[in-house]
Amino acid sequence: MMRFLLLFSRQGKLRLQKWFTPITEREKKKIIRDMTTLVLARQPRSCNFLQWKDLKIIYKRYASLYFCLAVENQENELLALEVIHRYVELLDKYFGNVCELDIIFNFEKAYFILDEFLMGGEIQETSKQMVNRSIEASDMLQEDDSSEWYEVELFG
Amino acid sequence: MSDVVEKTLTALPSLLSLDSQPGSAKLSSTAKLGNLIRGITELTSKHEEEKLIQHELASIKEQVSSPNTTMRQMRELMVRAVYCEMLGYEASFSYIHAIKLAQQGNVLEKRVGYLAVSLFLNESHELLLLLVNTVLKDLQSTNLIEVCMALTVVCQIFPKDMIPVILPIVEEKLNHPKEIIRRKAVLALHKFYLIAPNQVQHIHNKFRKALCDKDPGVMTASLHIYLQLIQENAEAYKDLTASFVTILKQVVGGKLPMDFNYHSVPAPWLQIQLLRILSLLGKNDQRTSEVMYEVLDESLRRAEMNHNITYAILYECVKCVYTIHPKSELLEKAAKCIGNFVLSPKINLKYLGLKALTYVVQQDPKLALQHQMTIIECLDHSDVIIKRETLELLFRITNAQNVTVIVEKMLDFLRLSKDDHMTIDIVGKVAELAEKYPFKHYSTMNAVFSLGGDMMQPEIPNGFLKLLSEGFDSEEEDRKLRLFAVSSYISLLQGEPSKLPQRFLQVICWVLGEYSFLKEDLEPSVVLGLLTKLLDMKSSSSETKSWVLVAMTKLCWSEAAVSEAQQVAETYSSSFDTTLRQRAQELQHLSRDSQLHSRVLPPGGRLEPDEVVDSSLSFLDGFVSEALSAGAAPYKPLHQRQEELSRSKVLSLEPYGLSLPISTSSCSITDRQSPTLLSTSSGLSGDGTDFSHRGSSTTLRLDGVKRVWGREGYLAQKKPVEEVAQVEVPSPLRSPSQQGDANSCRSKTPTPTANPECDQEKQQLASSLFGGLSSQSSVCLISGAAKMVNIQRFRRKAKGQRSSSTTNEQRANPTVSSASAVDNLLCNNLLEADTEPINSSAKQTFQHPHSLSVANGACDAEAILTDGDPKERNQPLSSEDFVEADDSPPREDQERSKDSCLTPHLPAELSGFSHSEIIPLCSSQSLDLSACHVQTDNSVVLVVFITNTSEDANLQIQVFCVCESPVEEVRGRSVSVRQYSLTVKMPLVHFELVGMLSYSIPAGMPQAMMQFSYKLPLTSFIRPLTVSTEEYGSMWLAFSHDTKQNLTLIKEEREPLTATLNALNKKLSLHVVEIIGVEGLVACSLLQDQPCLMHCRVHAGRLAVWLRSPVPDLPDCLLYHCQRALQEP
Repeated sequence: MMRFLLLFSRQGKLRLQKWFTPITEREKKKIIRDMTTLVLARQPRSCNFLQWKDLKIIYKRYASLYFCLAVENQENELLALEVIHRYVELLDKYFGNVCELDIIFNFEKAYFILDEFLMGGEIQETSKQMVNRSIEASDMLQEDDSSEWYEVELFG
Repeated sequence: MSDVVEKTLTALPSLLSLDSQPGSAKLSSTAKLGNLIRGITELTSKHEEEKLIQHELASIKEQVSSPNTTMRQMRELMVRAVYCEMLGYEASFSYIHAIKLAQQGNVLEKRVGYLAVSLFLNESHELLLLLVNTVLKDLQSTNLIEVCMALTVVCQIFPKDMIPVILPIVEEKLNHPKEIIRRKAVLALHKFYLIAPNQVQHIHNKFRKALCDKDPGVMTASLHIYLQLIQENAEAYKDLTASFVTILKQVVGGKLPMDFNYHSVPAPWLQIQLLRILSLLGKNDQRTSEVMYEVLDESLRRAEMNHNITYAILYECVKCVYTIHPKSELLEKAAKCIGNFVLSPKINLKYLGLKALTYVVQQDPKLALQHQMTIIECLDHSDVIIKRETLELLFRITNAQNVTVIVEKMLDFLRLSKDDHMTIDIVGKVAELAEKYPFKHYSTMNAVFSLGGDMMQPEIPNGFLKLLSEGFDSEEEDRKLRLFAVSSYISLLQGEPSKLPQRFLQVICWVLGEYSFLKEDLEPSVVLGLLTKLLDMKSSSSETKSWVLVAMTKLCWSEAAVSEAQQVAETYSSSFDTTLRQRAQELQHLSRDSQLHSRVLPPGGRLEPDEVVDSSLSFLDGFVSEALSAGAAPYKPLHQRQEELSRSKVLSLEPYGLSLPISTSSCSITDRQSPTLLSTSSGLSGDGTDFSHRGSSTTLRLDGVKRVWGREGYLAQKKPVEEVAQVEVPSPLRSPSQQGDANSCRSKTPTPTANPECDQEKQQLASSLFGGLSSQSSVCLISGAAKMVNIQRFRRKAKGQRSSSTTNEQRANPTVSSASAVDNLLCNNLLEADTEPINSSAKQTFQHPHSLSVANGACDAEAILTDGDPKERNQPLSSEDFVEADDSPPREDQERSKDSCLTPHLPAELSGFSHSEIIPLCSSQSLDLSACHVQTDNSVVLVVFITNTSEDANLQIQVFCVCESPVEEVRGRSVSVRQYSLTVKMPLVHFELVGMLSYSIPAGMPQAMMQFSYKLPLTSFIRPLTVSTEEYGSMWLAFSHDTKQNLTLIKEEREPLTATLNALNKKLSLHVVEIIGVEGLVACSLLQDQPCLMHCRVHAGRLAVWLRSPVPDLPDCLLYHCQRALQEP
């Protein structure tokens, strides 16, 4: 099971945080601090995995943004790396050539995409098309609730 | 602005929002957030940022509390509040508004509301209760998007106690026509199961329905639950194995829709999930494992594309193959796969390769040998993570030969390590190794203490001090060790004590206090002076200071010391720290009164506590029995309550394997990777008790590890006689190089031609690291046709054992080992052996684990050979009775016929006793090994039958069970019988004896080894204990270890108690002392001298059993068997 996902910039600025298990605010702050220092200190050409307490940290850098995913110890590291990659692909598909600024200015969208992709710390939907269709359908919703046809498109 | 324009704008998806506040500029929401973000990025100092955010928060606060704010504006405000929180500023005023937004907004606003709630609040926040109603309403909404959102938020954050409120509705969603809703509902139930397992117990059959869902997505989601359930109790789900295998087959075969593909690999997440489930199901279960061999083979074959995701699948596959019951072909393929990982230039794959090796070496240490050069390279890798993983691997292959080098490497790592967590971990490992191989213990521990600093677990110094005070084998050695410790600590204190970590100082204080009298030329006042210096040091913590004072108290028995002590006591008797003050008081009083001092702390003597603690609280028995008779429920320990709870919620009543608490001692890799990774325990510590092997054992100690496969499973078909013969006559090409090896061995320099690409240093390191590893695969180097040289300890694979090993490798390895300085001794061996050929029938020197080791964890059974000579009764065997055993498990009738054919071989003096079924343990082409145990009145005798099945060849055998037995010859078609008397050191539910048989056919030829294990239950050792009721009473009070539990009563109208006790009696051979009304007194003993009493009472249709014994764990283990005895019809 996944425990948390953090996105932060090369300067260590947090861009997105998702916690899959209950954690107190103080711990969250400590973890964020630990993760940024640990990951940013990694040399190039090192492996993408770290051990932190009893968790495995899998991180990957995309342009100026670091994706940092913590999973439980028995999980498969390579698969976790692909979880990150798939998330990036989803963001890319939604924003079209995604960059850090997209995520900064539309972070709530990034959250919505993540919620369609992962749920409760497990993979929910791995298909790019399906996730995107859900997000777009929700985006298109209008003020008045007469949106039957969107549902048809989404669920049909 | 006109209405028309506004409408047009809102029609654009969620882009614009108009600020309705009078006078303010009209800005879109994104623009407002954008302004904030841009404003922040332009700032240069943290202080400015804080000012800006506080200003922003104030403005948000003002707006959210204004009654004029619309929901749409609220949505935009929430996004900004979330952003501020992400930067680390609290916006708690907005929490309630987020809930309101989720409650009242339209779908688009609701979405933001829910998101804000899940980011703002944590599971225990009280405001969350306000969300329950909203979620409930949305779950029942006709708008599917609302239902989806509600399910998402339920998964993310929901108060635990409120689960029952929404559970029925979520369950209902499992039948929803839309796939996405069903899938989310399953995931929500998975979440519920994780946080409150008791509440979803009743819907297990619905999980099964989800597993069979026509939509693969729903099925995939249900696997999360199944993985969890199977982790907890694999037995209950064995029936699903075939279904999982079928699903995996379909997935691997590409039967799923394209949507599930990831980089054209079919549903990798699903595949990996299934592989993990299968490995749990197939663990230690041959029948279940057989079902999955085919699909695993297919998976290994299909995953060939060079992409991360295929490697992820392969890795999982390899782990599965090594976890389930072994199959040689698969193991070979998996081993090859590991090779691909380890040798990959990609660092991530290398890392995983090391991990896989770490996992696998416990079963097959030779795999590490194949990759020794890569391992050495990784040890010097620039990436600290790779280094650490390599150390982990080395830690698992540590033996008496390479421990020095490995510990040195670990200490090197510690010297450079900056990460606290890694330091703690490695320190723990070094301490563990130091304790296991104590010859270097002391100096290693000094390094551990100074490097580990104050981060190490407190058990390490405690354990060290305990070991030091309890001592090792000889008094003289202990004295020397302690003296050495005192001298070195004195010199450390004379150096720069302020640089030493506090924990180390505490250890030093204790040692000086206890043992400085051993050093005769050392004045106590000198020590006191040094200790006083510690007190004055600024860096000393008050804990250290109190250790110092205690040490001083122990030392102040001489005249000179007293005045100094008085002075110190004076200073600290007014300290603010109460502990320090107390210690100072003690010091003051004891230093004044030398008589009292010598009585309380006798110099040079260890204080024996004369108070006896009644740990069983027997003085409360009267009170307890009164309460019980008044109808109070008997006390159950926590573990028992939990166990009963967990048992009541699964379908099967059969506990899985060793479900008693003691079973935690059996370790596996998963244990090691549990969240309590911090602790020093590890798979290797399982055999911590067998100090008897100390020093002498040169092989890998793997006793704590359950052997999933033995030699007979994997290599049996690979070493038939023909191949041995192949070894005998070395090809002309090979033999010169081997002779070269022997020469180089003599001159102790490596032969550069043998493997020029490896540099000498690395080879030396390799040979010292991997020395002793391959002793299991005993090797005979043949330099001439008739000569036989015995060099088992050489790390070299037996030729012909592994088809994959190349000639090159074979040639390289001996060179490497010969270069080792560590192997000097061996080289001499070889030298001798080379000059004078060993008489082929002479006894071989073997370096194998001699004692009968016990595979399931804590060492417990010790066997003693009944007399000096084994009972050897070579008898001809009637040929038609004999059934040749093959690798597959023999059929029942075969077994029976074997049983009947071996029974006559039982020693005559045992024939009067009942013996267990004779079980075939292992076999090779020419030899069969069977065993049974016989229960005599005062012991249990293990009888091992070794049958030479070959027609004519004589067989030379040597059994290492308990101790080396002399070599003996077994003629063709005859049986040799050995018997061993077993005693129990420590009770366990089942005992597994492991032994080793080495044999050569015909006598004098290269030796082959066979490892066997034999399992027998605790009940074999249980004997009735005849005592009177009075004796029973007095014994009862004296015993301190107890356990209680309610057992099922045998249903019988008249005398349920008698019937139950009789049933127990029949299965466990107990002695019923007396039955008084609804109570029964039962007594038994573990062999002759370890009694266990049982008190039974019928209470509310159940049998309340209370077991007591002076032996720890015996009550628990016996209870397990009682339970089993009553469950079986």
